[in-house]
Amino acid sequence: MMDRRLIENFDWSIIWALLAIICIGLLSIYSALYHQIQARPTNNLFVKQVIWFTIGFAVLAGSLFINYQRLRSLSPWLYGLIFLLLVVVLAVGKEVHGSKRWLEIAGFQFQPSEFMKVIIVIQLASYFSSQEMSSFPAIKKLISPVGFVVFPVLLVLAEPDLGTAISLMAIAVTMILFVGVRWRYLAVFILTVIPLIVPVWEHVLKPYQKRRILILLSPDLDPLGAGYHIRQSKIAIGSGMLWGKGFLNGTQNKLHFLPEKHTDFIFSVWAEEWGFVGSAVLILLFCLLIFLTLRVATRSRDRFGSLIVVGMSALILWQAFINIGMVIGVLPVVGITLPFVSYGGSSLITLCLAIGLIENVSMRRYVFQTH
Amino acid sequence: MKTRGKKLDGVKLINRERAESVSSQKQYIPIYAVMLLLMMIYLVRLWHLQVLQGDSYRFQSENNRIRIEDIAAPRGIIFDRNGVPIVENRPAYNLVIIREYITDLDMTIRELARLCERGPDEFFSIIEANKATPKFVPIRLVSDMDRDCLARIEAQRVRLPGVVIQLDPKREYKWNGTAAHIIGYLSEITEAELKGEKYLGYYSGEDIGRVGIESSFEKYLHGSRGGRQLEVDAVGRRVRLLEEHLPIAGHNLWLTLDMDLQKTVESLLDDKTGAIVAVDPTNGAVLAFACSPSFDQEKFIRGLSKDEWFALSKDPRHPLLNRGCGAGYPPGSTYKPFVALAALHEGVISSSSTFTCPGYLEFADHMYRCWKEHGHGSLSVERAIIESCDVFFYQTGLKLGVDRLAQNVAMFGLGERTGIGLQGEHPGLVPTSWWKKQATGIPWQKGETISISIGQGFDLVTPLQMALGYAAIANNGKLWEPYVVKRIEGGSSNEIDEIKPRLKRKIPIEQCWFDLVKKALSGVVEDPRGTGHLIRDPVVHIAGKTGTAQVVQVAQGANRKLLEKLTKSKDRDHAWFVGYAPASDPRICVAALIEHGGHGASVAAPLVQKVIMAYLKNAEKPLGE
Repeated sequence: MMDRRLIENFDWSIIWALLAIICIGLLSIYSALYHQIQARPTNNLFVKQVIWFTIGFAVLAGSLFINYQRLRSLSPWLYGLIFLLLVVVLAVGKEVHGSKRWLEIAGFQFQPSEFMKVIIVIQLASYFSSQEMSSFPAIKKLISPVGFVVFPVLLVLAEPDLGTAISLMAIAVTMILFVGVRWRYLAVFILTVIPLIVPVWEHVLKPYQKRRILILLSPDLDPLGAGYHIRQSKIAIGSGMLWGKGFLNGTQNKLHFLPEKHTDFIFSVWAEEWGFVGSAVLILLFCLLIFLTLRVATRSRDRFGSLIVVGMSALILWQAFINIGMVIGVLPVVGITLPFVSYGGSSLITLCLAIGLIENVSMRRYVFQTH
Repeated sequence: MKTRGKKLDGVKLINRERAESVSSQKQYIPIYAVMLLLMMIYLVRLWHLQVLQGDSYRFQSENNRIRIEDIAAPRGIIFDRNGVPIVENRPAYNLVIIREYITDLDMTIRELARLCERGPDEFFSIIEANKATPKFVPIRLVSDMDRDCLARIEAQRVRLPGVVIQLDPKREYKWNGTAAHIIGYLSEITEAELKGEKYLGYYSGEDIGRVGIESSFEKYLHGSRGGRQLEVDAVGRRVRLLEEHLPIAGHNLWLTLDMDLQKTVESLLDDKTGAIVAVDPTNGAVLAFACSPSFDQEKFIRGLSKDEWFALSKDPRHPLLNRGCGAGYPPGSTYKPFVALAALHEGVISSSSTFTCPGYLEFADHMYRCWKEHGHGSLSVERAIIESCDVFFYQTGLKLGVDRLAQNVAMFGLGERTGIGLQGEHPGLVPTSWWKKQATGIPWQKGETISISIGQGFDLVTPLQMALGYAAIANNGKLWEPYVVKRIEGGSSNEIDEIKPRLKRKIPIEQCWFDLVKKALSGVVEDPRGTGHLIRDPVVHIAGKTGTAQVVQVAQGANRKLLEKLTKSKDRDHAWFVGYAPASDPRICVAALIEHGGHGASVAAPLVQKVIMAYLKNAEKPLGE
C-alpha cells in the first residue's frame, strides 16, 4: 500500500533532532519533578508526560498516512470545528487559575486553542496556494486571511490566554510575510497603527489593564509577582555557570524557588543543571530542527506543501524562542511553553501533529508530480 | 475564443511554476536571518548570565535565598473638623511561619501552640488548608497577638527557625462606638469580593470598609500595599534588602463632625432609642450625627464570632440601624411648617386667613381630633404653628390637596435621598395620589389628605432630611446637600482636596412667607402658649417645632391621656423636635427623634436645646486653626 518512494523521502534527520530535544525535555522534567517522582513512583506527571509522548508519536505516525493534499478540502471544516470549540470553551470551559482554556470530553482534557495553531497554518496555506493567488497579493486578497486569524485570536484573548494568542499571531504574520506583502501596505499599516497607540492607551484601557501591561513589559513593577519569578529564573540559570551543577543537583529547582518549573520555566531547570554548554546545545538543536524542517519546504514542489511546512516551522520556532527569551529575561513573561520540553499534553500532541505534517509533505514531494 | 483562453491559462501556469521555484529560495532568507539573530542574542545573553556573572548567581543560589514580604499599607486616618484624630491605626503583631526554613514542622507547631496557649489542631488545620501554597510563602497562624504571647514567642524565636513576627497596621477606633453609624467599621474581604471587579488589587486577608465612611470612602482610605525582596540566609534571617516598594498610605479624611459636640449628643441619647442630627444651615455640613443604641466597632476589627454576630443582628433594639438617615419615621407636627409654606406659596391661605378649631374636624363620617381636646378657637397660620393646631392644618391640607402639597414639600428635600453618600439611605416618603394608586392599587382618599397634613399617615422622613429641611427654612430657601467629609488629604503627591458645599436647589417661595413661618417657629419657643416654651433660654434665641408622631392609631373618642398611661413603651408615640439657633442668624440646625419617647415638647425639645447650647458655647471660643 505504501509507495516505496514515500519511505525513501521520509526525512529521518528531523526525527533524530526531535528525539534529542525530547530527551532533554524528559531529563529536565524528571529533575523538576524529582520530589513528586520519589513520593509517587507510578503516578506522577513524569509518567504522564511519557504517556503523552507515546500518544504524540502515534499521532505523528498516523498523520503520515493521509495525503496532505486532502487537507485542502478538509481545511474549512476543520477550521470551523475548532473555531466552534473556541466559542464553546468560553461558555462551558473549565476555569483554572482564572482563565478558561480547557474542555473536558469523556474525562479527557484538552485546549482547543492548541489545535487552532495547526489548523490556522493549514487554512492559510490552503488560501495562499489557491490558483488565483500570486506573490505579493493585492489588499483585497489579504482581508480574509487576516480575518481567519483575528477572530480566533480575539476568542483566545478572552479566555484569557495571551501566550497562545501571541503564538497564533506570530505564525500568521510569518506566513503572510512569507507569501509577500507589498511595501506600501506595510507602510500604511504601520502608519495607521502607531498613531492609534496613544489614544487607545489613554482613553480605552482601564487603569488595571494598563498596570498589567506595564508589569508585562517591566516585571520590576511587580517585585512580588512576575519580578520574583524572573529573578529566581535568572539565579537558576546563572548559577549553572559553564558546565552546570549536574543532573539532579539543581538547588534552585529542588527548593521550589522556580515557579512553573515543569512548564513555562523548564529551560531554567535544564540551564541550572547543564550550564552554558547544555543551554547552547539545546538552542542549537532547536535551530537545527528548524533548519531541517525548512529544508523540506524548499524541496517541496507545490505551494500548499511548502506553506504548510513554513507555518509549522514558524510554530516551533516562535514558541521556542519566545519561551527561552522570557526565561532568560530578555522578553516579557507571557506564558508560552518550550516545544517538546515543557510538560503538557495538548501542546505536545499539536507539535507532534506539526512534525507529522512536515514529514507528510517531505514524503510526497515527488508523488505530487506523478498525479 | 475558447482555445485561446485555454492556451493563455497554460502559459500562466508554467510562468507561475517558474516564478515560484525562483522566488522560493529568496523567501526563506528572512526566516533564517531572524533565527540566527535570535540565536546569537540568546547565546550572548546566556554567556553573560552563566559565565560572566555565573559566580555571583552561584553564590546567591548556594548561600542565600530570596524571600518576599508584603508591607501592608496603613489606612487613611479620620480626623474631626478640628483635627482631632477619631480613627487611627495601631500596630498589630501577627505570628507567621515560613515552612521552607522549618526543619521539624510538627515540633515547631506544637511549640508555638504551647506558647500561644492554643490547641495545636487549630494550627495544623491552617497548615493543611495551605498545603498547596509554595513553601516559601509565609502562612499566618495568629493575627493580632496579645502582648504576653508576643513576648513568649519573641524569647524563644532564636531556636525556632522559620517563625516570623509580622507587623501590620490595624484599625483603631479611639472612641469606640462614637459616631459608629457614620464612621462605619471594617471586616475582612471575602473570597467572592476578591474575585470581583470592585476590589481589584486587593489581597486576601485585607480589611475593607463595610458601612459608613469606611465604606463609601474606601477607595481613598485604602492605600496600596508595598513589598520587599529580601536576601535571607539558610534559616530565613535577613541578610540584605534587594528591592523595596514602600506602601502608599491611604488618604486622610477630615470630617465635618465636631467630636466634642458628637460626644455631648451621644451622652444625651445614652439610654434612649433614637437619633440626633445637627447640620450647619449655612452650608449643609453635618456637625453631629448620633444614633442610639450604638455598637462596638472594635469587635468587627477583632472578628465577630458567629454567636456575637447573631446577637448583634437579632438585638430587638437594632443597634446596627442608622436611625439618622437609614430609617423613615412619621414626622408628626414637625411637618406643619412645610404644609404652611406650601399653602401660603400656592395662595390657598394668606397670613390673615383663619380657621376655627373646635377640637375636632368632622369629615365623611369621621372625627379627626385636634390634640387639644376642647379646641384652639379661631386662629391664623402663625398661631396655628405656635400652638400646633391640628384642625387648622386639616383644613389647609384639604384646600391644598395631596398633590399640590407633595409638590411643594418635596422642594425641601423630603421624599428623596439627601445624597450624604452613606450606604442604605432611606428616601422617606411624600405621598401623592399617583404613588398610592401605583403602590396599593386603591385611589387616594380625601381623608388621607387630612392625616398627611399633620405628618401622619403615609408620611415618612429621616432626621437628617428634617434637619436639612428646617435649615432651608432658616436660611430662606437654600437646600444644601449634606456632607460629612470636608477634606481629603494625602495620596501620592500629598494633595489636599477641600470639599465644597453643594447647593441642591434654591426653593422658589417668596421671602415674606419664609419670614412669617420663621416668626412662628420662634414663637413656638418664645410665646408663652408655644408648644416648645419649656426650652426657652433668655440668652440664646431658639426657633423650632415640636412633634409627636403617633405609632398606633388612636380609636375614635378614646381618652388620649388615659391611653398614654396604659400603653406599653413600644406603642408610645415618637417624640420629635427640630430647631435652629440663634433664630436671627442660624448657625446650627438640629433634628432629634426619640423612638417611642412620648411628647416632643417634653422629651425631644430639651435634648435639642442642650445640643444647641453646647455648640454655640464652644463656637464662641476661637478655634485652633
